[in-house]
Amino acid sequence: MLIDVGSLAVMGATLGTILGVAARYLAVEENPLEQELVALLPGAQCGQCGFVGCGQAAAALAKGEAPVTLCPPGGKAVAEKLAKKLGVSVDLSAAEEHEPEVAFVVEDLCIGCTRCIQACTTDAILGGPKQMHTILTDACHGCSKCFKICPTEAIIMCKVPVTLGTWHWSKPDLDQRH
Amino acid sequence: MTLFPIRGGIHPDYRKEQTSEKAIVALPMPHFLYLPLQQHIGAPAAPVVAVGDVVAKGQVLARADGPVSAPVHAPTSGRIVEIGDSPAPHPSGLPQPTIVLEADGEDRWIDLAAPLADPFAATPAEIAGRVAEAGIVGLGGATFPSSVKLRLGQQTKLDTLLLNGAECEPYLTCDDRVMREYAAEVVDGARIMAHALGTQRIIIAIEDNKPQAQAAMTEAAAVGHTGIEVIGVPVQYPMGSERHLVQALTGRETPARRLTADLGVVVHNVATARAVHHALRFGRPLLSRVVTVSGGAVAEAKNVDVPLGTKVAELVAFCGGFTGEPKRIISGGPMMGQPLPSLDVPVVKGTSGILALTAAETNEQARQPCIRCGTCVTICPCGLVPVEMAAFIRNDKLDGAARLGVMDCVSCGSCSYICPSHIPLVHYFNYAKGMLNAQERDRRKTETVKRLVETHAERVEKIAQARRAAAAAAKAQAELNKANGASA
Repeated sequence: MLIDVGSLAVMGATLGTILGVAARYLAVEENPLEQELVALLPGAQCGQCGFVGCGQAAAALAKGEAPVTLCPPGGKAVAEKLAKKLGVSVDLSAAEEHEPEVAFVVEDLCIGCTRCIQACTTDAILGGPKQMHTILTDACHGCSKCFKICPTEAIIMCKVPVTLGTWHWSKPDLDQRH
Repeated sequence: MTLFPIRGGIHPDYRKEQTSEKAIVALPMPHFLYLPLQQHIGAPAAPVVAVGDVVAKGQVLARADGPVSAPVHAPTSGRIVEIGDSPAPHPSGLPQPTIVLEADGEDRWIDLAAPLADPFAATPAEIAGRVAEAGIVGLGGATFPSSVKLRLGQQTKLDTLLLNGAECEPYLTCDDRVMREYAAEVVDGARIMAHALGTQRIIIAIEDNKPQAQAAMTEAAAVGHTGIEVIGVPVQYPMGSERHLVQALTGRETPARRLTADLGVVVHNVATARAVHHALRFGRPLLSRVVTVSGGAVAEAKNVDVPLGTKVAELVAFCGGFTGEPKRIISGGPMMGQPLPSLDVPVVKGTSGILALTAAETNEQARQPCIRCGTCVTICPCGLVPVEMAAFIRNDKLDGAARLGVMDCVSCGSCSYICPSHIPLVHYFNYAKGMLNAQERDRRKTETVKRLVETHAERVEKIAQARRAAAAAAKAQAELNKANGASA
């Protein structure tokens, strides 16, 4: 009788301790889905979706409070990936294919106010107070924050030009079924 | 020597007889040469001349920029009249940075670097260096800088130099003519390359539809040294693909995304070997190449030695112009060549042929539904499943096509050629490869942006912290002063 009670008590105590330790050390701090969704988003924190950054957008997506088409810079490709991850079906035929853009400073209009430099999240704008600003195209991801903040409309958004290195054949036309 | 079978392939109508008996003729030097800075795979060359400079034949106009790059030389003496954008010999017709040289008609050579007294006494690095300086790239059409391939011997243990004289593309006979007319130069170039690579064995592979070239090369190879084997390979498209040629000769298949060098075999084109001969024996850079001008719409099909940078229009005019309206102008062979948007583009290092094809030759027909006959699967030389890949791509499921190995497709065009329903299969694969590469570029850009955003956030945080610390210090100082003031 005593042995039975004792052994069960020991087992209970041991397993309880293990579970307690595991709960402490293997704790999941946040929804793992959120992190997976963050990885799919561009991560530029541009705020075009209406949330503060990609993390908040991912949280809303995970809770089902935001549509998968929320990310304008990500376009169709990101929407598709998000839909796949969340297991929702979405009609993307209506979704506009977002063409990649980069910002460009029209030098005649720039007054060197540095507002765009402060707004840029990727340090893609070079310049100083009352000095001409310019944009490092390689670092620009086209979030258009600078475009919106510029007081003199000196920043325009241009389509990324197609070069010999990036050109490729287009899809064979589908005017015929085959 | 035992040959091994290669999978699939096709037997198109070769139509080489239009030019195979036409000896190579030199094109008279044009008045203007348009030399793109990028005529090779890798980084574009960087110009070292300015508008107005007078240059001599063989002078460097643009130097190699980076480890995988090639310089551009002046094909004749003259004056640089422009450095700017000019249409590229590319299906897109997009502009490309180009140096325009106005020939002065003197054809005055620069003082060339003294050739090596004995290339076989030189170190592999010296030979590769000379080949790099000469701007030599793979003249079979891939235009990969040859010096980079010659340096492979310093990293990998190689046993064979395979000289590719298969020339499996229909119409083209430029390599055939080079082997027939300059066999000794090709063999000498091959020996120098084998010395640089440290390989004992040299195999020259020539398709059996070029018996005269086989005879000429066998004769040239027998002079002096031994150890060169001239092997006739079956007439089967795409035998000239380096992976397939290596498989036919060694029986070993090059794994996906690896090089034939991993099997100990380095493949060079025969015309490249001749260019190496010129560079090492005479110090001459690559200034011209042999181009086959052929096709039903050309008045007089020819093999022409063309100075690099010559406009295609001038080359066509030299061949008597067109007899009728060509349906397609193609740079390269009819199977893997690229359509040219106009004749206003230059001949570059990779231009092996200029074909003006009539409507009957292009045989473009209306597409029909796929009947799932499976012929494309049977003939795919890479062992892929074209019908399935095309179905995925048609429905925008590029991941599915990638899983089936669309990136391993060599775009040989056999499937499009054989398809009884005239479905442009290889067009689908070229589109898919372009899209997948674009996605990869986007992914890399996203990674860069993430990194930039993180470093930016870190910096902003650090500045904010420093500001807080400074404010706290100032406050503490103010309180201290106040206390001191009170006590005093």
